[in-house]
Amino acid sequence: MSRRARTPEPDPYSFGSRPYDLVKEFTIALVAVLCLTIVFATVFSSPDDHPLTIATWAKTDSADFTATALSELDSTSGTATYGPPYNTASQGQKLGPLALANLAGVTYPIDTAQVYILDPLKSAPQTAPVSSALSQYTTASADQQNTWTGNYSDAITKANGDPTKVAKGDYGPVPTLLEALLTQAQAGSLDGQLLTESGDFYQTDYTLPLLFLADGSYLASLAGQDHLAGDQWGMMNETGNYPGQAWLWLYTFWYQVSPYDHSDNGDALVWGTMAILTLAFVFVPFIPGLRSIPRYVPVYRLIWRRHYRELRTRE
Amino acid sequence: MSTELESESADPGTSAEPDEPETGGWTGGWTGALRRRAVRALPPDKLLPDTQPAYMASWIYVFGVLTLAAFLVVLASGCVLAIEGPAWWRTSNVGHYFNSLHLWSVELFMAFMVVHLWGKFFMAAWRGRRALTWITGAVAFVGSVGTAFTGYLIQQNLDSQWIATQAKDGLNSVGIGAYFNVMNFGQMLMWHIVLLPVVVGVLVVVHLLLVRRRGIVPPLPLPGTGSGAGSDTPAAAPQIEEEP
Amino acid sequence: MNLHSGVNAAPVNLNGPGHYVGWHVFQISVANLTVIVVMVLVFLLAVLLPFPKGRGRR
Repeated sequence: MSRRARTPEPDPYSFGSRPYDLVKEFTIALVAVLCLTIVFATVFSSPDDHPLTIATWAKTDSADFTATALSELDSTSGTATYGPPYNTASQGQKLGPLALANLAGVTYPIDTAQVYILDPLKSAPQTAPVSSALSQYTTASADQQNTWTGNYSDAITKANGDPTKVAKGDYGPVPTLLEALLTQAQAGSLDGQLLTESGDFYQTDYTLPLLFLADGSYLASLAGQDHLAGDQWGMMNETGNYPGQAWLWLYTFWYQVSPYDHSDNGDALVWGTMAILTLAFVFVPFIPGLRSIPRYVPVYRLIWRRHYRELRTRE
Repeated sequence: MSTELESESADPGTSAEPDEPETGGWTGGWTGALRRRAVRALPPDKLLPDTQPAYMASWIYVFGVLTLAAFLVVLASGCVLAIEGPAWWRTSNVGHYFNSLHLWSVELFMAFMVVHLWGKFFMAAWRGRRALTWITGAVAFVGSVGTAFTGYLIQQNLDSQWIATQAKDGLNSVGIGAYFNVMNFGQMLMWHIVLLPVVVGVLVVVHLLLVRRRGIVPPLPLPGTGSGAGSDTPAAAPQIEEEP
Repeated sequence: MNLHSGVNAAPVNLNGPGHYVGWHVFQISVANLTVIVVMVLVFLLAVLLPFPKGRGRR
């Protein structure tokens, strides 16, 4: 492909001009957009699914709540095993050789057993059995705690999540603690408790309650019903039949295909891919081949057909 | 009509001829230099022209101004939402209506912007020293996607909960999540209503000024013709500028 | 459990189960597909529709 000679673009007015009212065009556009917006808003309104509370979760799916609480207690939950920025339980994802998550470090330390189970129970007035269960648990060794939670986790799985059907075994104070927490959650106090646990009066940071909800399956099951899950192109979608963020189509596409869909570093890989593509998009004018596409897909011939016709007439 | 006091500098606001010694060699300092530079780059009839090149004979050309108009409706509806604060759009019918206006103006904004982008791509509109126009537009697009994303996060509904807990994984994987916490409503609110609109707004203003400065890109030459020959490269030799 | 908001007074109620279409790995909501199709149509119309002749040339 020979290099084109770099001749300057002709002056825009060298092909003639016509009168044009810029301000009028803008005003018309503004009125048109305003009308369209009003029509759409009036006819279609907007989606607004009520947010999920921990109370609702605990009442509707107590088995999932209990299982999640247990996983926070024995540090096997998603959050507990996450790694940076919440803890050092894992190394975080890597983008090739770059361990960016690890580099950024633990900026939001979370001890899930403390934050989700022990502190909420300690902060509320408890009956004598629960208080003694608490002190029994907190004074036990880590090994003893793991034995209790491990045994209970196996047993409750066998009982399909129903604490009333769990076989007898060496669980220590764990069932008592979890039952007390469930009661607290169902009463609605855990929602507020997780928000104000840092001790501050004012709060706008929902990290703790959100991570707790995300560690369970109930929120995910609601999202799946609305086609919002990652493997459902969920990023693009909105609840109900509303259009969503359709412009995220390429970002969510990668999650549907290999290797992104099964890689441990899937998220980082998608980010890396999108970073490269975004740079390519921003710097199109400097990318040979890409910047020549308009010549080879000649939409321009339609756009400027009148101009070309007039040039031919002049010749 | 000038008084005696004003006779020496009838128009004290401008020192258009820097070598005039009437004010003791004062050429306006930084202010004067900035003003002269601005007027040279964008004289009034270039900033607000009342003619357009004859080749602008296609409806594709209206999508830039439609995008701009939609952007202003987004900002205005956002301002109304800001007046009453976050709970309003969930607890009041009027609030919900303005929430709807904000949502649909955003959908229109993104739609018009993408159609505008398609048009500009197929016109290879970066030709003739217009690369920065393309770049500011492209970055504004990316910024708009980010702004919309933070908007979805602060709705305070089920969607927000899900988006936050999902998006955190992508952001955490590359270390951004350590500083940009999508589950922190307060932080996301401020990014959405302060930081990102300012960034996008500045980009839009620069983009518009560049369009006015460089003019609308001339048509691609038909293959085999020599008329109006240009290249796909943005950094061509200086084009013939209209004398102000 | 249905967490959709209460009474929706809009003439066209877009709440309720979403409609999706798919082909192999591709899946898209009817709403998003409509938006994209309309955008493509608008683009084609913008490029194809004749533009009114100018008021005069200089």
